[in-house]
Amino acid sequence: MPSSASEPYDLTVIGAGAAGLAGAGAAARLGLSVALLDASGQPGGQYFRHPAPALGARRPQALHHDWSAFTHLRRGLASGGIDHRTFHHVWTVTRDSDGLWSAHALTGADGDGDRPARVRARAILLATGAYERQLPFPGWTLPGVVGAGGAQAMLKSGLVLPGKRIVVAGSGPLLLAVASSLAGAGADVPVVVEASGYLGYARHPRALATNPHKLLEAAVHGSALLRHRVSLRTRSAVTEAHGTDRVEAVTVSRIDRHWRPVPGTDRRIACDALAVGHGLIPQTELVTGLGCATRRTPDGTQALSLDDFQETSVAGLWAAGETGGTGGWQLARTEGELAGIAVAARLRGEPTLTGSARVRKLRRRRDRMRAFADAMAAAHSPGPGWSDWLTDDTDVCRCEEVTAGRIHEAVTCFGAHDARTVKLLTRAGMGWCQGRMCATAVACLAASGTAEGTVPPSAERRPLAVPVPLGVLGALEEPPSTAESAD
Amino acid sequence: MIGAACAYYAARSGLSVTVIDRGPVAGGTTGAGEGNLLVSDKEPGPELDLALLSTRLWRELSERLPAGIEFEAKGGLVVASGDPGMNALRDFAAAQTKAGVQADEVPAPLLRDLEPHLSPALTGGFHYPQDAQVQPALAAAHLLRASGARIRTGEEVTAVLTGAGGEVRGVRTPAGDLHAPYVVNAAGTWGGELARLAGAFLPVMPRRGFVLVTEPLPRVVRHKVYAADYVADVASGSAALQTSAVVEGTPAGPVLIGASRERVGFDRTLSVEVLRRLADGATALFPMLAKVRAIRTYTGFRPYLPDHLPAIGADPGVPGLLHACGHEGAGIGLAPATGLLVARLLTGDEPPLDVRPFLPGRFAPAA
Ligand SMILES: Cc1cc2nc3c(=O)[nH]c(=O)nc-3n(C[C@H](O)[C@H](O)[C@H](O)COP(=O)(O)OP(=O)(O)OC[C@H]3O[C@@H](n4cnc5c(N)ncnc54)[C@H](O)[C@@H]3O)c2cc1C
Ligand SMILES: Cc1cc2nc3c(=O)[nH]c(=O)nc-3n(C[C@H](O)[C@H](O)[C@H](O)COP(=O)(O)OP(=O)(O)OC[C@H]3O[C@@H](n4cnc5c(N)ncnc54)[C@H](O)[C@@H]3O)c2cc1C
Repeated sequence: MPSSASEPYDLTVIGAGAAGLAGAGAAARLGLSVALLDASGQPGGQYFRHPAPALGARRPQALHHDWSAFTHLRRGLASGGIDHRTFHHVWTVTRDSDGLWSAHALTGADGDGDRPARVRARAILLATGAYERQLPFPGWTLPGVVGAGGAQAMLKSGLVLPGKRIVVAGSGPLLLAVASSLAGAGADVPVVVEASGYLGYARHPRALATNPHKLLEAAVHGSALLRHRVSLRTRSAVTEAHGTDRVEAVTVSRIDRHWRPVPGTDRRIACDALAVGHGLIPQTELVTGLGCATRRTPDGTQALSLDDFQETSVAGLWAAGETGGTGGWQLARTEGELAGIAVAARLRGEPTLTGSARVRKLRRRRDRMRAFADAMAAAHSPGPGWSDWLTDDTDVCRCEEVTAGRIHEAVTCFGAHDARTVKLLTRAGMGWCQGRMCATAVACLAASGTAEGTVPPSAERRPLAVPVPLGVLGALEEPPSTAESAD
Repeated sequence: MIGAACAYYAARSGLSVTVIDRGPVAGGTTGAGEGNLLVSDKEPGPELDLALLSTRLWRELSERLPAGIEFEAKGGLVVASGDPGMNALRDFAAAQTKAGVQADEVPAPLLRDLEPHLSPALTGGFHYPQDAQVQPALAAAHLLRASGARIRTGEEVTAVLTGAGGEVRGVRTPAGDLHAPYVVNAAGTWGGELARLAGAFLPVMPRRGFVLVTEPLPRVVRHKVYAADYVADVASGSAALQTSAVVEGTPAGPVLIGASRERVGFDRTLSVEVLRRLADGATALFPMLAKVRAIRTYTGFRPYLPDHLPAIGADPGVPGLLHACGHEGAGIGLAPATGLLVARLLTGDEPPLDVRPFLPGRFAPAA
């Protein structure tokens, strides 16, 4: 049974990462009643991920140089006005006939709780973050090959390393952070393999100069890497992972401007784990189904289009953090606070709230960090040549075991030139992860025969954000009157 | 699907065929529905005749086309809960049998021999061995390829060219004009718009349907199983929401639960109420599904005509224009027979069945 449809909240915040915590805190300080829903059992999201208390970690902050920022954000939860509901897996958001929003959630650690919830509110702030972008290569399904951010998340939450000798590869600023965390935790990281160069940043000197904190962070990672003797190899990619039961080595190749492997440059590097990722994809499906417009980010993902005060193209739906494009936890926190204030201004009918000095400052900071994030993103956009390192039998969709060869056949023999048609004809992306793992690759492969060469996957359309047991669906509350509307 | 079938049979009759679609192959309703090839849900009449012919043709096609179309002659099982439902089903099946349908009564104790996981609460049912299934997108893609027709995807028809006498001369797309003495309107739910481009009238409307897809399972559902009230829903003309769960397994593992019917225009917004009813219906038939998770849901818009019959044949006012659209929730099943009819009409040969009930001229243009 759903929880009783009692008084609605003013605001439901979905996601208790940096953005959601800041948004919930700001809105509550301005007097709104706030429900803060998160799938996990602890606040913090990706960046401030920390071990569950049961693990008895003595100093969770050891892995964070920004722990004090988190304690500050978390303090907001204790100061009243926020109903923090952990283990709430939101599977859809709907607009009810009375104009209120309903967030439908499964409960329980794995969504297996027997009391699904329906949380109603006058406004929604989407702060669901992002997930890692992956590009397939031969051998990527071997045990020991893990997501780069995932490896770091494992470390932060469970304090375990994916291996002893870990190659870090892919593209994006996250790689350096991952490498220094892994090395700092005692792993041997022989090399960081970055597909782009970092020179791209230099094309945006203004964005760089106005973001000293980022530079500082890069320097910290840089010196940490030096200290641990991690070498950095740019314009290179892991083009194959070798091993039988587990990864034993990887091939690293130099790649050209278009990410095509350069013949004769292969080098084999022994390792027992590979942490790989190509940046982050905004997790927006809860609201794209409601019609929220998206924009193409410079690194080829789809993020929500937001106005100056973080509202989506659908009135009443706000978003902050990675859902509007990757930009790091500080941008997420800034946007969250801005959104929280904007929601309060709207619901309380006090537009002047958004004209304060604080809001002006937040907006400036946001604009500056966004510009920087976009500059970085542009430098890490995948080139079309990556598909050259696939073989016909490389699995592209792991859930449905669809190989590159079968996708190629759908494209060349059946004229499937977009991800949806490839999916219909091959099942790529229809499985358990609903394309989170392969949609980028499938979209690129589908477009390979067209003039565009690469296209980003279209905006996320996953009507069910998490799998829902049929028993739960069937037992949902019936609408008050099943008024059959005729047209 | 319909366009692919028309192309296939027309090309086999020796005609030169070009297929134009503004989207990709199976980008319309064909890629957003299910692939049930049913006779069981049709009452005696012209649609059932078309379905019976199609059933035979699908079997032929399944031998000619690659296994990739996932044709399965798995049979349907219609079940009733309660005696009134069972009696109604019995009358319905008796009438169908006279029209050539194979329908075998299955008493309650034997239901679970056919479907081991069915709810014990059911009164009985009928087994329809002629019911079958294909994967519609793959079926359309393979049929289109096998037709040998020229295929121009990503090109929208923006005008129908006509000659001095009002007769069709071809179509216009952004890529240029294509001349042909015959144009077949197989634009499905958008068939009314295409007709309008030609100065013709066809009242095709969208009837929305949702399908729920579960996580992959070992074969737990063997037939297409549905409750008897589905038949009433299919035949209903009401705009209001109707849901009766049709449950079927697929070769790939997921169980599909379809399908709702409601007339709400082209609105794609997820309806939690529809999902609730579909899940409720499916778990009532198969209680073990309650623990199974739905991993996705999708929506399509059936091409609906007011009398639930497709429009197949020559337009009454525009010489050279033929319609083949409006198959509502049965376009996959009815595709081969439709294609064969259209091909015969184009070549002037004897059609395999009486086309009069399907002629588009039956819809008088609204004043
Ligand atoms: C694996 C990974 C590792 C990262 N590591 C770093 C790093 O080291 N340094 C760095 O600067 N940035 C890192 N990032 C980027 C990081 O996401 C952002 O910088 C920052 O955490 C963004 O905050 P956010 O609030 O937007 O999202 P997040 O912190 O990602 O928070 C989103 C929250 O939403 C919840 N959520 C998502 N979907 C649902 C749902 N359907 N129902 C309920 N709750 C839901 C999640 O449980 C999560 O708690 C990483 C990202 C990822 C994906
Ligand atoms: C949820 C659901 C479940 C269903 N289940 C079944 C089932 O189990 N069995 C069954 O038999 N049927 C089922 N159906 C119905 C079936 O899907 C349709 O009847 C069938 O797909 C119609 O095929 P079509 O070729 O007429 O239409 P479509 O597949 O929609 O094809 C029409 C094509 O015309 C193109 N087009 C339109 N306008 C233009 C233009 N101006 N220029 C160029 N191209 C144009 C479109 O792009 C489209 O590709 C179901 C439908 C739904 C929604």
